[in-house]
Amino acid sequence: MKRLKKLLGAILLVLIGIGIGKFILGNKPKQVLGPTFFESGSSGITSNGEPTKIKDGARYEVKDGESIQAAVAKANQGDVILVYPGTYSETVYIDKDNIRVHGVIENGERPTLNGNKQLNDAFLYSGNGITIENFKIIDYKGNGIMGQAGNNFIIKNNLIINTGVYGIFPQYGKNGLIELNVLSGIEDAAIYVGMCDNIDVRINEVFESVAGIEIENSRHCLVEYNYVHDNAGGLLAFITPGLPIKTCDDVIFRGNYVLNNNHKNFAIPGSVVSKIPSGTGILVLAADNVVIEDNFIIGNKCFGIAITDLENGGMKFSTDGGLDPYPDNASILDNYMANNGYNPSGAIAKLTKVAMLDKLDIGFIGGGSNHCILNPGRYVTLGLGSFAQCEATSTKAVKTYMLPNPVPPKDVSQMKKGKMAYYGICAGCHSYNNIIVGPSVADIQMIYRDNPEGIVEYITNPIHKRQDFPEMPPQTHLPEDIKMAVAEYLLKVTK
Amino acid sequence: MYQMYNSSNDKGVGGLQTGLPQNRDGFSPQQIDLGRYLFFDPVLSIDGSISCASCHQPDKGFSDGLAISKGVKGKPVHRSAPSIWNSAFIDKFFWDAKSNTLEDQMQGPLYSENEMGNNPTNLLQTLNKLENYQALFLEAFPEKEDEEISLNEIYTALTAFECSLISLNSPYDQYAHGYHDALNEQEIEGMNIFRSFVARCAECHTPPLFTNQQLAVIGTPEPKGRPFDKGAEVPTGDKTLRGSFKVPSLRNIALTAPYEHSGVFDNLYDATEFYTKGRGHAVPDSIDLIVHWHIWEPQLSVYEIERIVDFLHTLTDESFKPQIPQAVPSGLNLEI
Repeated sequence: MKRLKKLLGAILLVLIGIGIGKFILGNKPKQVLGPTFFESGSSGITSNGEPTKIKDGARYEVKDGESIQAAVAKANQGDVILVYPGTYSETVYIDKDNIRVHGVIENGERPTLNGNKQLNDAFLYSGNGITIENFKIIDYKGNGIMGQAGNNFIIKNNLIINTGVYGIFPQYGKNGLIELNVLSGIEDAAIYVGMCDNIDVRINEVFESVAGIEIENSRHCLVEYNYVHDNAGGLLAFITPGLPIKTCDDVIFRGNYVLNNNHKNFAIPGSVVSKIPSGTGILVLAADNVVIEDNFIIGNKCFGIAITDLENGGMKFSTDGGLDPYPDNASILDNYMANNGYNPSGAIAKLTKVAMLDKLDIGFIGGGSNHCILNPGRYVTLGLGSFAQCEATSTKAVKTYMLPNPVPPKDVSQMKKGKMAYYGICAGCHSYNNIIVGPSVADIQMIYRDNPEGIVEYITNPIHKRQDFPEMPPQTHLPEDIKMAVAEYLLKVTK
Repeated sequence: MYQMYNSSNDKGVGGLQTGLPQNRDGFSPQQIDLGRYLFFDPVLSIDGSISCASCHQPDKGFSDGLAISKGVKGKPVHRSAPSIWNSAFIDKFFWDAKSNTLEDQMQGPLYSENEMGNNPTNLLQTLNKLENYQALFLEAFPEKEDEEISLNEIYTALTAFECSLISLNSPYDQYAHGYHDALNEQEIEGMNIFRSFVARCAECHTPPLFTNQQLAVIGTPEPKGRPFDKGAEVPTGDKTLRGSFKVPSLRNIALTAPYEHSGVFDNLYDATEFYTKGRGHAVPDSIDLIVHWHIWEPQLSVYEIERIVDFLHTLTDESFKPQIPQAVPSGLNLEI
């Protein structure tokens, strides 16, 4: 029986290996040493790192000794910032939409952002449509790249080493791609997708970090073809309590190499991942509809795959009444697993001892229902009694979880923009018939009938006209289209 | 203006250009104005000595400048009075989050012995005797069938007024909407420290409201001589919530010293510095708390703390601060 298992496993290994190898390596993963193997591989970037497609928009060039932030300050929507090799010690923050920050790779040399363990973050963005690619980012304290509510992002082909808590951390983002990055030496998750939707995490190498790739309180995430090795924990799908978005649903872990994640857990005490046992392959904590398919999961000393709930996850959380603490509908399709769980610790060690297992590929501990597995006999398992046979055998119909089109800006009519600005700003000092601080709106309408341009001109550069009223502060902070919208709206107000 | 933006999963939390959470709306100007009179009128308290505005003073960010507020006859209240700016967007009230609506919340201070000390029967009798209020309630609720003022009408009017207190046009907001000259260099530096994953302020004090509206255990010390406050463990009975409090909004925070549920820090520098002194450093050994994972040791420098404080000052906007009435309908002395 054991021999049969081995044989089956070997056949599976070959079959899957052929399939995946086509996509990434063509070599055994162990021989991969650095990022260069995929430098010419993917769409949109030529081998010297020049972007192949630059649409309209200006190009700003930043050379060694200059400031990337200064270029960001000048750039407008649609512009590209080309950063040439050199060392840049700064925090680049991008609070604008559709900016592409593009490292130019010359003779294999990338532009380097070096935080010297003094600076907090290398990149912080809040805009939509941000692309950050081809950088080497080292020695920051907080994050390599952090996004806050930016949609439609691309983070690609970056080498991120020792950048503090997270390497790549988009938060509250929808529709994003994290691809072809190499990360190591991160105190928490190397790639951390937090409270996001529709994200692909593809073909990255993450190693020697506390956690490799963590999908937390996010929906519709495809994590595939990543090389995840020598972390304390490899792949995580988590619901963490106490966050405003409370579900983690529809995550596919597919075609990843999850190897030897036995690194010492060097997380900051008190952090969520500090409780992950070293030797974790894939951990599903309370997340729903997670599919685990076509992965090589080998040599993870605590377990290959564990599915558990918040109570049994080993972490101490305050209760969050707004969420479901149990994982449901996990599907473990075919995977190649070997030599996992040979030296477990903590609760897993106790459980395997009781069950008299000297290995553990897959364990299910705690509550949650409706899980399934294909060919459970191939693996050393614990607690899978309630698992059904999966009906589906593959997720190959899912090519991507990114959206076919970028998330559009919210569709707000000119009229509505005017109304918002009127009630949000003007109404603090002007009412229709009464005098609060400034003249009444009815009064203003008499003066500027059919002349919204006149209002725009006045609010941009107010002149103190009437001695019985205080001077109006200029509204230069408003974009031109909003000024016009509010002027038009103000002329239409009837009460 | 934030209605121009998307909001991830409609939760109203995110980054600079993120939509707001759902808000209470649809009150008539008459209801708002009646609410304003009620808010400032000491007739709502049992002995006519204090009004809502005694602890929620417009000039102090709708707080009162005290560590522990004072109720009727100077009785000490349990905790510090929170600001009520932007209540329209908030779904948890009281420091321990025991209430989910303004209508429910206000019954706390109205009827608490240590606060306004009133009771529903007395409140109705008092208001129904006042002709001014009868007229105002008729205007605010023109469809009412009964001439008597009802409790629900009182609650609705006060809610209407509170929901008119919107503060979303600060220098920070102008920056967020794209006018980057609204903040100076030091303030921007502070903003970047605030949202970095070293300081992690924005993880719980998340824009646009600068709160994620969750409970969190941060382990602030109690002022000398005051017992440990169990926070949300009290209303929930859940020990894992021991010492947890609602994450407060930081809007107009520069106006509302002292800080924390107990008012233990009297300035923003000290309140910010707390977060860099180490996880659980102020928690007595005898008390077992599940301190929030974002509380760690970011090792912020004095310079960085000062910049965060600079940034916090850019969250001040009082353009919709209401006028304090010249006189209140009850004819009582208006004392704030």
